[in-house]
Amino acid sequence: MANTTTEASSFKMLQSMVGIGLFCALMIVLTFQGTLPRIEKLKAEALEKAIFKVIPGMVTKKTFQIGENNTLTEVSTVPKGARVVYAGYDENGKLKGVAIEASGMGFADVLRILYGYDPEQQAVVGFYVLESKETPGLGDKIEKDDNFLANFEALDVALAEDLTSVKNTVVTVKSGQKKNAWEVDGITGATISSRAIGNILGTSTQEMVPMIFKNKEVFEK
Amino acid sequence: MSNQTKHTGFFASLENSPSTNEFIKGLWRENPVFVQVLGMCPVLAVSNTAENALAMGLATAFVLLMSNILVSTLRNFIPKQVRIASYILIIATFVTMVDYLIQAISVDLHKALGAFISLIVVNCLILGRAEAFASKNTIGKSMLDALGMGFGFTFALFCLGAVREILGNGSFFGIPFFPENFQEWVVMILPAGGFFTLAMWLLIFNAAKNKG
Repeated sequence: MANTTTEASSFKMLQSMVGIGLFCALMIVLTFQGTLPRIEKLKAEALEKAIFKVIPGMVTKKTFQIGENNTLTEVSTVPKGARVVYAGYDENGKLKGVAIEASGMGFADVLRILYGYDPEQQAVVGFYVLESKETPGLGDKIEKDDNFLANFEALDVALAEDLTSVKNTVVTVKSGQKKNAWEVDGITGATISSRAIGNILGTSTQEMVPMIFKNKEVFEK
Repeated sequence: MSNQTKHTGFFASLENSPSTNEFIKGLWRENPVFVQVLGMCPVLAVSNTAENALAMGLATAFVLLMSNILVSTLRNFIPKQVRIASYILIIATFVTMVDYLIQAISVDLHKALGAFISLIVVNCLILGRAEAFASKNTIGKSMLDALGMGFGFTFALFCLGAVREILGNGSFFGIPFFPENFQEWVVMILPAGGFFTLAMWLLIFNAAKNKG
């Protein structure tokens, strides 16, 4: 080594650390700026794909922001931190469903899901996991298991008579014991994860479904 | 050669050999996983599928190559008292860049590799090569060393990932590998399977080396 024999001065140490630090900072900023547009595009594309997956038969999409007092207004770009829902329409402009994002605690970490609600059928018609860190091979069956995903083809979330709440809250039951249209058939080997999905859907539909049903006309304009 | 002790015998034998040996040694004789047993965290954690293993290996190889080049370039400029701090700074920079680049390549891949990309910073293989090799050798040699070690690491990760995906998931690169009624060995995907597979490969590798 070249500099083992001489003791480096403090100034030289400072110089090298600051020099390397500045160079590194520059590299990181350049990479961040360079990749940002593409990362945002990919993320938006992934969300778009998920929305089309949870609302069967949709062709066009509109985004609605949830304002104060649960009013819905159409927006073209999503403002930072705003709560939004996505409405999907078929080729005749008829509302096919509304995609809603929800999250809650899973087995490993927070689960973020997207589900489609069809006000006409009063049912959940599609489901997709946006973010999950569940155990590979076990908990991640919530994304892949065909029997489990079949739960969300027509999951009953009909409103009670006063239209302010869902009559039967969505709940996960043991695998093979589903008897009612609002129950989710769980997965053996992914008990906690499949139960978490039931809870997330139960909580979210109780909150969102009455509000969306009330504002049905807003979507159809 | 310089005052290093670890590689003396090896470098002595290299005196008359072509520089390709600098590259080959990381692939086989000094393979970072099978011989040096370095960087076990990503080896065990991210080798659950062939694709994840390959991506992780290549990301590590890229960081290794870039940090070795930079450390070697600056080897006479960095005072030895602050060398470890400088190396970590350099490595962390390239890891952050890789993190953004992988996000720009595929959101799904980034989701699968998750927290392990940031953990490349503390992979002792990279700091080890910076300290033991790049800080004492020319840029050309450091590049060859990084390429050899990087591909050796990728190769080892891929060996583990392929076995674990085939047995644990019944597929290879996501393509089904067995007839439909194959019962997957879920344990191979779980952390315990990583240890089983690593032990098996070490056994095979050492048996082959002892024979040869």
